[in-house]
Amino acid sequence: MDFTLTSDQEALQDGVRKLCEGVFPMERVRALIDVGGVDRALWRELADAGVFSLRLSEDDGGAGLGMAEAAIVFEQLGRALVPGPLVWTHLAAGRVPGAAEGDRVVGGLQRRDEPFVVEHPDVIDVLLAVDDDGLWEVDRSRLSARAVDWPLDPLTPVHVAGGLLRGERRGVPGDAVRWRLEGTVLVGAYLVGMADVLTERSVDYAKSREQFDRPIGSFQAVKHMLADMLVRTEVARSAVYAAAVHLDEPALGPPERAVSGAKLLAGEAATSNAKTATQVHGGMGFTWEVDVHLYLKRAWVLDTAFGTGDDHADTVAGLLSV
Amino acid sequence: MDLLWSESDERFRAELRAWIAEALPKLPPEPKREDWAARRARDTAWQGMLHDAGYAGINWPAEYGGRGASLSEQLVFYEEITKAGAPNVGVSVNFVGMLHAGPTLIAEGNDEQRARHLPAILKGEEVWCQGFSEPAAGSDLASLRTRAVRDGDHYVVNGQKIWTSFAQVADYCELLVRTDPESKHKGITWLILPMDTPGVDVRPLKTVLGSSEFSELYLDDVRIPVANRVGDENDGWRVAMVTFSFERGTSLVPEMVEARHQLDELARLARTVQRGDGTAWDDTGVRREIGHAAAELDALWNLVKRTVSEAARTGVPGVGASVVKLYYSELIQRIGDLALRVLDRASLSIDDVYEGSGHVVEERLRTLALTIAAGTSQIQRNIIGERILGLPR
Ligand SMILES: Cc1cc2nc3c(=O)[nH]c(=O)nc-3n(C[C@H](O)[C@H](O)[C@H](O)COP(=O)(O)OP(=O)(O)OC[C@H]3O[C@@H](n4cnc5c(N)ncnc54)[C@H](O)[C@@H]3O)c2cc1C
Repeated sequence: MDFTLTSDQEALQDGVRKLCEGVFPMERVRALIDVGGVDRALWRELADAGVFSLRLSEDDGGAGLGMAEAAIVFEQLGRALVPGPLVWTHLAAGRVPGAAEGDRVVGGLQRRDEPFVVEHPDVIDVLLAVDDDGLWEVDRSRLSARAVDWPLDPLTPVHVAGGLLRGERRGVPGDAVRWRLEGTVLVGAYLVGMADVLTERSVDYAKSREQFDRPIGSFQAVKHMLADMLVRTEVARSAVYAAAVHLDEPALGPPERAVSGAKLLAGEAATSNAKTATQVHGGMGFTWEVDVHLYLKRAWVLDTAFGTGDDHADTVAGLLSV
Repeated sequence: MDLLWSESDERFRAELRAWIAEALPKLPPEPKREDWAARRARDTAWQGMLHDAGYAGINWPAEYGGRGASLSEQLVFYEEITKAGAPNVGVSVNFVGMLHAGPTLIAEGNDEQRARHLPAILKGEEVWCQGFSEPAAGSDLASLRTRAVRDGDHYVVNGQKIWTSFAQVADYCELLVRTDPESKHKGITWLILPMDTPGVDVRPLKTVLGSSEFSELYLDDVRIPVANRVGDENDGWRVAMVTFSFERGTSLVPEMVEARHQLDELARLARTVQRGDGTAWDDTGVRREIGHAAAELDALWNLVKRTVSEAARTGVPGVGASVVKLYYSELIQRIGDLALRVLDRASLSIDDVYEGSGHVVEERLRTLALTIAAGTSQIQRNIIGERILGLPR
C-alpha cells in the first residue's frame, strides 16, 4: 500500500499540466465557444499527447497505461476546462477507427429516459449510445434532433433528440458495464480538477481583493468557505484516485462502490466549489468576463454525465454489507 | 498509486486475526459506564494482552516495547480490531497515553523519560490524561494561566485545568503550564505530572451523557520535578503542537474504522425499523443519504491512506490532519442525525428498542464532542485557511 503518485505519474501530471497551459489557456478555451467547443487542430494536439490512446497497448499505438494514469490526465484537463467529448473519444479509442489518433471526434450518451440530449452535435463524427444491451453507433441520419440556441454551458452545445435508435453494435453488454465504470471515473477526475482550480482561483482573489481596508480572505466568513473548498476537493480526489486504482487492480474487489462514491463526491465538490467561487468573487462572479460561471455550468453538465449524484448514492446504498 | 496491502501486511493481518479470535474471549465483560476502576482494569488488561503478544504500539520504536512496524500495519491493526469488535483504543481510558502523550514522548522526550514511560504505557501499566484546557483558555489555549514557578529542582504549580478526560483513573498528566507571564506562546512549558502528587485534586464533571468522563483538575502548590519537563522551559507551545499533530491526525483513525461498521449497522437497522407497510430502508430519501454517507466515509478512509503514505514517504503528513479531523467530526454527526431519523420514536430510548438501537442514540450524543474537542471545527477551518491556503489572519 502506497497511495501516492509514483514518480512516473508525477511526471505525467506535470506534462499534461504544461500541455494544457500551453495549448489551452483560458482565452483559447473561451474562443472555442464560437466553434462548438472543438477545434480540429487542437483536438489533434490532445491526441498526439496521448490523451485518447494512453490506455491502448504499445502495439496499438498507445502507452499501455491504466485508469490511474487516465484519471491523472483527466484531472488536469478539468483544471484547464478543456471542452469537447474527451471522455467518449478516450473510451472509443481502439474501438472506433480514428478516435485514438484524433481524426474522428466521438460523442456519446447513455440511452435512458427521454429526452435524449446530444452534446456537441455539430462537431462529432460519431455518436455512441450505451445501454444495458451494449454499445451502439447511432445512425444519425434517422435521428430527429432539434437544435438548442441557448445551451446551459456555452462550451457544451446540445441538440434535443427523440426516438434514438440503436444503430450498429460496437460492443457487448460487458463492454457497456466497463465503459460506464471507466467513463464515470474519468468524469469524476475531470470534476476534481475543476474543484481544485476553483479553490486556487478563489484563494488568489480573496488575497488580493480588499474591502474595509483588509483582504477579504482575512474575514472568517470567507476564510471558512475557502477552507471547505479545499476539504471537499481533497476528499473527492482521494475517492477518485481510489476508484481508478480499483479499476486497474481486480484483486481489490468489485469496483462499483468505489466508482459510484467517487463520482458522487466529485460532482458535489465541483458544483459546490463553483457556487462558492461565485460568492467569493462577489459581483464580478456574476459577470461573463470572470471564468467562474463557465466552471459552474460545466460542473452542472458533468454532474448529469454517467449517472447523477442520486443514482450513485443509490448504487452505494445497495452495495452496503448488512 | 497502490492500494493493495503488501504480502507482509497481509501476513500480519492473518496472524493478528487469529490471535484476536483466541484472546478476545479471555477479556472480562464490559463493565458499567461509571465503574471507573473496572473500566481501567479492563482497558489496561487488554493493553497488557496486546503487549505480550507483540501487538502494542505497532509503529512505536522496538526499543521501548513497540513493534517498530510501518504505518500501514497500524492501519491493518485498526481494521482487524474493529472487525472483531475488540476494544478500540480511541475510546480507551488511556487514549491520551496511547495516541498522543506517548507519541509526543517518542518525538520530544529525553531518553530517561522515554525509558520510564513508554514501555509502561504499552504494557498497560500507566494511564495518562491531558491537562491542557483551562476555564478561560479553550480555543485560545496559549492564553493559559496555570502558573509554574521554579523552586530549586522543582516547579511549584498553581491553577486549574478543565475537561480533563479520564483524570480519575490516570497516573500521569501531560500538563501545560505558564512559566513566563510576560510572553504568550513563548512562556509555556510541557510537564509530566504524576497524578498522585500532593495538591492535585480531581473533581468530576458530568457530560451530556450523564457520565463523569471528564473532570476539573485543581492544582494547589503541586511540586513537579524539573526532570519531568519535556522540551525546554518556555518551549512548551512547540511541544504542544507536536502533541496536537498526533491528536488531530492519527488519533481519529480507530474511530473512523469503527464508523464504517456503524454505517453498515445503520443500514441493517433501517431494514428492521417498521415504516408503513415496509421498513425505513424502503424510504428512498433515507436509503440515498445512507449511501451518500458511506461514500464519504470510504473517501475519508482513502484520504487517510493518502496521508499516511505521504507521511511514510516524505516524513510530513500530506494535506493535513485538520482536513481529516474537520470532515470526519462533521460527517459522523450527520450520520447520527440520519440514525435518529431512521429510528424515529425508538430514538427516545438509550436502552435498546431494536437490537443495537440504544448504541446508535448514545453515539449521537457522544459524537457531539468531536467538533469541539481537540480544536473546534471553527479552529480547524482557521488552520486550513491560514496554514494550508495561506490566507491572511
Ligand atoms: C468530550 C471532551 C473531552 C475533552 N477532553 C479534554 C482533555 O482531556 N484535556 C484538555 O485539555 N481538554 C479537553 N477538552 C477541552 C477541549 O479541548 C476544548 O473544549 C476546546 O478546545 C474548545 O475550547 P472551549 O470549550 O473553551 O470553547 P471556546 O474556545 O470558548 O469556543 C466556544 C465557541 O467559540 C468558537 N471560537 C472560539 N475561538 C474562535 C475563533 N478564533 N474563531 C472562530 N470561532 C471561535 C468555537 O469554535 C466554539 O464554537 C475536552 C472537550 C470535550 C468536549
